[in-house]
Amino acid sequence: MAIVTPLKTAAEQQLVQQYADSKAELPGGPAVRKLREDAFAGFEAKGLPHRRLESWRYTDLRTLLREARPLADGVAVTAAVKARLDELKLEGLRLVLVDGVFAPELSTLNAIPEGVSVQSLAEALVSAREDLTRILAGPSVGNDDMGLALNTALMRDGVFVAIADGVELEQPIVIVSLASGEEERAVFHRSVVLAGQGAKGSIIEVSEAAGTAAQQINGAIVFETADESEIQHVRLVTRQQGATVEVQSLLATVGAHAKFDSFALVANAGTVRQQHFIRFAGEHSEIGLRGVNLINKTQHSDVTLIVDHEVPHGISRELFKTIAGGESTGVFQGKVIVRPHAQKTDGGMKSNALLLNDGATMFNKPELEIFADDVVCGHGATVAQIDGEQLFYLMARGLPRPQAEALVLQAFAGEAVEFVADENVRELVMAEVESWLKAREAASEVSTV
Amino acid sequence: MVGFVPTIHVFLSNAQVVDARHRAEHDAAEHWTRTMLEIRNLVVKIADEDKQILNGLNLTVNDGEVAAIMGPNGSGKSTLSYVIAGKEDYEVLDGEILLNGENVLEMEADQRAAAGIFLAFQYPLEIPGVATMTFLKAAMNAQRKARGEDELLTPDFIKAVNSAADKLGIAKDMLRRPLNVGFSGGEKKRMEILQMALLSPSMCILDETDSGLDIDALRIVAEGVNALRAKNRSFLVITHYQRLLDHIVPDTVHVMSNGRIVKTGGKELALELEKSGYASYGEAA
Repeated sequence: MAIVTPLKTAAEQQLVQQYADSKAELPGGPAVRKLREDAFAGFEAKGLPHRRLESWRYTDLRTLLREARPLADGVAVTAAVKARLDELKLEGLRLVLVDGVFAPELSTLNAIPEGVSVQSLAEALVSAREDLTRILAGPSVGNDDMGLALNTALMRDGVFVAIADGVELEQPIVIVSLASGEEERAVFHRSVVLAGQGAKGSIIEVSEAAGTAAQQINGAIVFETADESEIQHVRLVTRQQGATVEVQSLLATVGAHAKFDSFALVANAGTVRQQHFIRFAGEHSEIGLRGVNLINKTQHSDVTLIVDHEVPHGISRELFKTIAGGESTGVFQGKVIVRPHAQKTDGGMKSNALLLNDGATMFNKPELEIFADDVVCGHGATVAQIDGEQLFYLMARGLPRPQAEALVLQAFAGEAVEFVADENVRELVMAEVESWLKAREAASEVSTV
Repeated sequence: MVGFVPTIHVFLSNAQVVDARHRAEHDAAEHWTRTMLEIRNLVVKIADEDKQILNGLNLTVNDGEVAAIMGPNGSGKSTLSYVIAGKEDYEVLDGEILLNGENVLEMEADQRAAAGIFLAFQYPLEIPGVATMTFLKAAMNAQRKARGEDELLTPDFIKAVNSAADKLGIAKDMLRRPLNVGFSGGEKKRMEILQMALLSPSMCILDETDSGLDIDALRIVAEGVNALRAKNRSFLVITHYQRLLDHIVPDTVHVMSNGRIVKTGGKELALELEKSGYASYGEAA
């Protein structure tokens, strides 16, 4: 008989109640309903992830979520939401979620390119697609994760995008997820992107607060990319409330001779846990996962990823850069699995962190699980302070210390940003990095390590 | 043990005598009218250690003067250059460094740069991710800002860089790369002189600029430096070898040993040292 841990915390009990109250109205046919039930049963057995679980060791969700906020259940198009959308500089097809619910009236649906289909996740969940539950489940390496399980159980909406075979997008598809944020709410959204054979394009995800109230956000995006596709995913989390707790899962199943790249920038956020579950489903593909985390005050940024080399001849690269000031905490946990027959795998994983103060913390945990014998895999993890010699060199040329530090930090972050392929998006990302550094420079904050 | 030379011992045991002679020589030359850099009784140790490197050093460099400092390994030459430029790893226990009469020891490195001090590094730092042009512009504008001047317009900036780069044989390609990353030793040194030319400092310190240079690169770098010689610009050329001084001919030569200037003379002193070596200065203290 399985041992069932009773759910103890207030948040866990509230989640049970919320699920019981809302499951009848959450969208989905019988298969989706079963998916939700199974996921929630897992949650009921295990509870919120906590520090005694290795994969959640440094981000204890049980402690962070003292209370589960009420589920957001409607689109609140506030003036702040509209204002933020007006400011947003990203070009391309814009698909807007407000509090996790697709808002077609705010989206640019007249700009859907040929060969691309868009529907809301709620619509897709009630469709008769036979492969729906398989797509939603994503790579098996994410199946045990309780953060993701809660999303599966409670996902309300999102977008379901399909790019047809051979279609090359000229402009990115931008999924903007805004928290209207006048009240504290819990948001569960999931989006799906299917890329057909040889399809190429960029998907940009923006997760921001338009309002002032802290949110509990649990988002997921699922990619299934076919053979010879080239898909780039960029996530920007640059305007969140400090008390917001955000869990973002990225699930990707990548076909043969394909390229899949993801880049994420976290800056000016609260607590962000990003988890990537990535699977090579076909041979001769390349996967790149990269990101920059800029944290300060008591902010917390966790990147936990599992890359599953299930087939031979896969190339994977991970590069994460963390700059941590104040009393902030950075986490990187990267696991690369090479299955027994996945010969000729080429894997390289790097996480570099710069600590700006004695109060800042970084946890780096790279892991390789290699069961094949003809592979090239490496990892490097560093935690350091700003190089004093570099600083002196710049200062000896007349740059005041805050400016010299900003230049060194910008260069440090830039090594990951340069992998963003779309030039406009890359410039936007770099501008966000610079503005974070400028704010630090303006406050005349200098490192004290 | 190294041979004991009485005359030098006199200099050492009485730094003031050295200083007096040193000044007398300068006064005799008569074409320097004003002091650019004056270092008085400088005592310096490494900040985190008990190791004292400079032991009451005195040195004067006048306007437009090219002063060479020669000395054996470990005599404190590089430390002197770092302390003048404002590196933090050292603790000044005593003495003063005056630039145009103003004590620079209270200033941060960037303020010293704005005041006119420029250190050409022995080992210029590689800064991955910082484009050379971005860096040059930031440096020029930071100094302009410190002096209350407007920022450079981009076309003026590019023109200034291109013109200075041409003179030093610096290819455009180098300017497009990250600062000093993948540069050869010679390229790095040329980049230092390019910065010197663009920032037009009044007190230039060249720390072993000849190290790692082949004859051709040495000539190009020396020509670059010579082109910058001016009445209102002084140089402190730190080197092990006479070789560099064939190209950058100094007005005065100072011998440094054990953290002090132990002998001062004209350019012929460098030739003498090349023949006799530093052995006689080695056990100075």
